[in-house]
Amino acid sequence: MSVAPVEVQRPLLEEDLDRPWITIVWNDPINLMSYVTYVFMTYFKYDRAKAELLMMDVHERGKAVVSNGTREEMERDVTALHSYGLWATLQKDD
Amino acid sequence: MSTGFQRTRTGRTVLRVDAMEKTVLVSLAEQMIAFVAPTQAAASSDPLAAIVGIDEVAETPSDPALARMFPAAYRDDEEAAGDFRRFTERDLRALKVANATKVAGCLERSGEKLVLTGDEALCWLGFLNDTRIAIGTRLEITEENHDELAELPAEDPRAGLFDVYDWLTFLQDSLVQLELDAD
Repeated sequence: MSVAPVEVQRPLLEEDLDRPWITIVWNDPINLMSYVTYVFMTYFKYDRAKAELLMMDVHERGKAVVSNGTREEMERDVTALHSYGLWATLQKDD
Repeated sequence: MSTGFQRTRTGRTVLRVDAMEKTVLVSLAEQMIAFVAPTQAAASSDPLAAIVGIDEVAETPSDPALARMFPAAYRDDEEAAGDFRRFTERDLRALKVANATKVAGCLERSGEKLVLTGDEALCWLGFLNDTRIAIGTRLEITEENHDELAELPAEDPRAGLFDVYDWLTFLQDSLVQLELDAD
């Protein structure tokens, strides 16, 4: 099974230069698919369709970029995702 | 096996458990509190840092279950990961203790029918996820070996633990479905 990437390629905008950090959620064998979807909907306020696509991206590809922004914003997202028990990391978007 | 979490027309969350299931849940809550409680050793000797919850120890826990519950936030930057941990791990441990404490309180005040508020249900959701991570890590669960673990002979010490894990999975999923349907 393959799933289209959620992040759609688009030209780089000026605002992207201020948002060079990304949060990644990694696949793990314990967290339930339903629970990961629930976390994406609850924390990021994504609708169910987008949350499920992202969840499947994590499940099938082993990881997915779930948000981008400043380093401080991404540290906030990672802290929140850890509090839900998800395996999340942040890094500079190269 | 119980029926899992259900929701009443008034929005309360209900879980029915028998005496043995209740004993297991009480024991898991107590063990979780002891397992994740912030360690004294990690606390900073600087009184101000200790008050605001900044730790001196900033290493990934050596226990695999704890390492999974408190993962490194930076994969390729040990220094940044250490800083992040010093500022966040204590609060995260306190949150997990608070969830398990709330679960223990709900069990203590109830008989075999637990009636939870919306906030209490969310504490249960976090607690069930934490216990599954702790037990699943101990069992070295992968996406491939679930069936193998399910068919362990009864005399295998992991068999009982796997039964508990499977039951917690069922409970957590029933609660997640209620929360998803509520949106």
